[in-house]
Amino acid sequence: MLPVLLVLTLVELGSGLVLGSFEAQLLRYPSLLVLVPVTIGTAGNLGSVLAARLSTSFHLGTLSFSPRDDELAGNAVATLALAVTVFPVIGAGAWVATFLVSGDTSLALRTVVIVALSSGISLAVLAVLVTFSATYVAYRFGLDPDDVVIPVVTNVCDVLGVVVLFGVAQVLV
Amino acid sequence: MTVRDVAVEAYKEALPALAASLVGGLIAGVVLGGMRAELRAVPGLLVLVPALLATRGNVYGSLGARIATALHQGLIEPRVTGGDERLRAAATAALANGVLTSTFAAVVAYFLLTFLGSRVAPLPILVGVAIVAGLLSGIVLTVVVVSVVFAGYRRGRNPDTIVGPVVTTTGDVFGILFLLIAVRTVLAVAGVF
Repeated sequence: MLPVLLVLTLVELGSGLVLGSFEAQLLRYPSLLVLVPVTIGTAGNLGSVLAARLSTSFHLGTLSFSPRDDELAGNAVATLALAVTVFPVIGAGAWVATFLVSGDTSLALRTVVIVALSSGISLAVLAVLVTFSATYVAYRFGLDPDDVVIPVVTNVCDVLGVVVLFGVAQVLV
Repeated sequence: MTVRDVAVEAYKEALPALAASLVGGLIAGVVLGGMRAELRAVPGLLVLVPALLATRGNVYGSLGARIATALHQGLIEPRVTGGDERLRAAATAALANGVLTSTFAAVVAYFLLTFLGSRVAPLPILVGVAIVAGLLSGIVLTVVVVSVVFAGYRRGRNPDTIVGPVVTTTGDVFGILFLLIAVRTVLAVAGVF
């Protein structure tokens, strides 16, 4: 298992460098810093839940790689709906937690909620694209999606979580 | 099933796990937000955060999955006797993987940041933090994963579905909490010398 862990660590250090590049902004606005672990975690979870479901349908033989496949479309819609449900709560939760702990209001509640929701929608779309592609590649190469797709998707979504949060913060904050 | 049926089922199935990890993620975030002084004192620490958190998830998620499989196969009993060789071997391997990977992350981060010309704390500080945080969070996560999987199994739950949410939630919280404890310890020790 160690070689896989070391490669994944290199990937995660890439997202660490992105995080390091906006460290000054994160330290100035604590509510953004509070958003970091929960955004990374939720992005990874959205991807891993989707990957687990697709690989089960794949094993059951109910999945076909066609744009009109009901399984694919339904799972994509669910991922977006989950992001739209969860990310406003994440934004509001991060703002309230920061306010309760440090009394900090350097960013408005509305700003933090909009940052979280925009990141969440972008991440859901990316999670769907990454998971569909990874499952398709595993299928073409005859690999078991349970072994390959879930770790790849979880870690790629972790990295995308930081990159998207960085991008959204540059535009909105 | 229509697109709508699939979507509704997938949504209902995933929401509880996402909600649980949301709470864990927010607690982890609050601890990280309270760590600003340490993040300033140890440049390069923030770069390590995603790698350290992911390592917790990958290592102890896999440990949980292995224990769940062994339970299904009847290779281990759902009791913490401490004497079970398979269980001890799996836990020791996970701990070793966790500490080694954390150390590797610290070393690579140090050289990457030095190469990029960024400000970075001395190598022994970063490595010390990674080792202490990896050990402490590893011990606690092993205990949590083993007890939750065993307790769930004895109550007739499928351990496979418990492992994921438990590891992501507790991994984030304990990962950051022990990172804070590790930084404070290493800085205090470094201050003495």
